[in-house]
Amino acid sequence: MAAKTLTIDGHLVSARPGETLLAAIRDAGITIPTLCHLDGLSEVGACRLCLVEIEGQRRLQPACMTMVSEGMVVHTNTPRLQSYRRQIIELLFAERNHVCAVCVASGNCELQRLAGMVGMDHVRYEYLSPNYPVDISHPRFGIDHNRCVLCTRCVRACDEIEGVHTWDVAGRGVNAHVITDLNQPWGTSTTCTSCGKCQLACPTGAIFPRGVTVGERPHASERIALIVEARKQRW
Amino acid sequence: MDLHELEAIGEREQAQRTRLRILCCAAAGCQASGALELKRRLETVLTAAGKLADIDVTPVGCMGLCGHGPLVRLEPSGEMFERVTPADAEEIVAALEGRPCTVTRCDRQHPFFARQFPIVLRHCGQINPERIEDYIAVGGYRTLYHVIHEMTPTEVIAAITRSGLRGRGGAGYPTGLKWATVAKSPGERKFVVCNADEGDPGAFMDRSILESDPHLVLEGMAIAAYAVGAEQGFIYVRGEYPLAIERLQKAIVQARRFGLLGAQIFESGFNFRIDIRVGAGAFVCGEETALIASIEGRRGQPRPRPPYPAESGLWGMPTLINNVETFANVTAIIEHGPEWFSSIGSNRSKGTKVFALTGKVRNTGLIEVPMGITLREIVEEIGGGTPDGTPVKAVQTGGPSGGCIPASLFDTPVDYESLAAVGSIMGSGGMVVMDEHTNMVDVARFYMEFCKDESCGKCIPCRVGTVQLFNMLTKLRNRQAHARDLDKIEELCDLMRETSLCGLGQSAPNPVLSTLHYFRHEYEELIGAEGDHGS
Ligand SMILES: Cc1cc2nc3c(=O)[nH]c(=O)nc-3n(C[C@H](O)[C@H](O)[C@H](O)COP(=O)(O)O)c2cc1C
Ligand code: SF4
Ligand code: SF4
Ligand code: SF4
Ligand code: FES
Ligand code: FES
Repeated sequence: MAAKTLTIDGHLVSARPGETLLAAIRDAGITIPTLCHLDGLSEVGACRLCLVEIEGQRRLQPACMTMVSEGMVVHTNTPRLQSYRRQIIELLFAERNHVCAVCVASGNCELQRLAGMVGMDHVRYEYLSPNYPVDISHPRFGIDHNRCVLCTRCVRACDEIEGVHTWDVAGRGVNAHVITDLNQPWGTSTTCTSCGKCQLACPTGAIFPRGVTVGERPHASERIALIVEARKQRW
Repeated sequence: MDLHELEAIGEREQAQRTRLRILCCAAAGCQASGALELKRRLETVLTAAGKLADIDVTPVGCMGLCGHGPLVRLEPSGEMFERVTPADAEEIVAALEGRPCTVTRCDRQHPFFARQFPIVLRHCGQINPERIEDYIAVGGYRTLYHVIHEMTPTEVIAAITRSGLRGRGGAGYPTGLKWATVAKSPGERKFVVCNADEGDPGAFMDRSILESDPHLVLEGMAIAAYAVGAEQGFIYVRGEYPLAIERLQKAIVQARRFGLLGAQIFESGFNFRIDIRVGAGAFVCGEETALIASIEGRRGQPRPRPPYPAESGLWGMPTLINNVETFANVTAIIEHGPEWFSSIGSNRSKGTKVFALTGKVRNTGLIEVPMGITLREIVEEIGGGTPDGTPVKAVQTGGPSGGCIPASLFDTPVDYESLAAVGSIMGSGGMVVMDEHTNMVDVARFYMEFCKDESCGKCIPCRVGTVQLFNMLTKLRNRQAHARDLDKIEELCDLMRETSLCGLGQSAPNPVLSTLHYFRHEYEELIGAEGDHGS
């Protein structure tokens, strides 16, 4: 199949057929915010940060799940999109307890970076301040639900790459939360292989390695893509 | 089973009927007000009088005026009685035999009955939903025979397309187009799914259809399966509808026994089986992609579309998903022809719509009216206005995805486009009448609470936005809000509408936006006195 040509923010860009719009946008050197997307994992289109305007389409579309097509005209950074992105990040900060000053991931957190990127400097919504537990029953990792943004990257990394499916989501609406096995303490999980991929995938300080200082904490979500690529290439 | 046998069953059924019959509504509404007890009492009275052989007591489906139940109808006179108690049993038998009776009669000339146009509900309250013979006696499954033996799938789809039928599940997508897409999409297997997850507060159209005439839906699904090339169907019905599930199960077993479902239907090469999947009480599972996930055994969460289920649905195969009422329209369209169907209704909305009329209205119940009828005719004539004569303030259509339409706009015709133009939607058919004593901020808050509890939690704008909106409306209700909070409410509504993943989040702001539009003063009156110079 022939390559596709599309217009992104006024620039003509070529893309491989079957490629997502997000890949094409990045290829063109344009950065747009993403959160639930992680290279190497399947797409869910949940966070809505990567929404873009496509001419001729009534609704905004998530770039991470939209396939490129010939002649597509895309706008990735209109004032309207900027404002929506800021509001979405605001809603996230108001949802749980993202107190960066006392977080293990501060300075090394995608949510924090995103807030800077979209220019979210204060939260106008009421903080919901839920009282979520921290589970440190696992010998190597812990999860602080107060920092979770429900991106489900841990769920997918564990299921799709480690092939274990220790994680899943329980509850609905604002009460949704990630769980291990049958909603039991992580340390009692009989499926977890302690591979650490969920911790690599987690964008925030929700899943953290134990016994490592903030400065030493590896935050390397891109390693997920590396693992996937390595398997494909049989490195 | 062939046509001859089918007709023989119908004729035998007719011949076996007693001349005098008492039809008792045994749908959920009347059961709740004691219909089963009444039916037992009627049988006792008839047994005692030695008349049980001459007079049948037949349990039937919903007769429509559920708010006045239990209802009883006599045949052949057609007289109907309301609020019948077991103590009235003797008098009902007396009425059947032409003797005086003091039980309240329903006025059959009342607009509630006279203004209705039953297509979908044509057998409701006429037949025993638990007996397939009853359905066959009113002509059931003959259309399926006709379709299988005398029409090509393309002809069936063309008929549905020409009829102008649009989906009754809410969005009004052209049904013929959807069928054609599924038929043309490549796939090893195809599926037909009936969406019976009806979750809007106040809505009970689909439940009544399933409880009153389950075979009509099965026959519609089988015709659809033939048209699109599917061999497997699912009915996704919510777990809160035990009676509907029970009757569907019975209906499927009976149809299979008669060779009307299963392998080689009507001795043709067409196979179609239907299985029931019971929902676990999540409103969002009515959304088609979440419904698919749920049938597949995954968490009931929507996914972005495209691809639409018509291309990639159950297990990645082309899947036709239609609402209960959509399927219930199919046999009538084939039987009477698409031109007949498209002559009913308005310009772009053809046929009829079933509504569950509830709230501050004298005649609550299930109604079927031609599209294009005005809201005024429904509320004032059919519904009979409010019970105590208080002026009507607004009607809410479309449930948590819809809006409130003020009384000043009651001349709006009920069709997909007109309702959307006044800020509401047709929705699946819930219609709640509100009188002057209703506070519109409370209404908006009620629906937002519903959406907040029913959000699946997958996407951020809906998961957190519904809670924030609910909290802001609560603050307003408690007179703790500032004037600028109204702007914040509107801004958040816009965000949710434009960025949420599925229809739940996208339409959750509608009740707020429509009440803000038509009843802004009620919001402004609640702005706290100190509000304007708060922190
Ligand atoms: C949150 C949500 C809930 C829904 N619930 C229902 C439902 O209970 N029943 C239904 O038929 N359609 C429901 N729908 C619409 C379905 O997604 C789908 O459009 C419909 O079943 C298609 O059938 P139709 O074309 O016959 O209307 C819902 C949609 C959303 C977004
Ligand atoms: S450590 Fe590995 S196996 Fe254990 S939960 Fe995380 S990803 Fe799954
Ligand atoms: S724990 Fe981390 S990776 Fe998992 S859902 Fe929460 S934020 Fe995402
Ligand atoms: S809009 Fe609401 S219900 Fe729909 S996917 Fe998002 S969170 Fe789930
Ligand atoms: S990155 Fe596309 S929706 Fe989250
Ligand atoms: S339930 Fe009996 S009339 Fe509707």
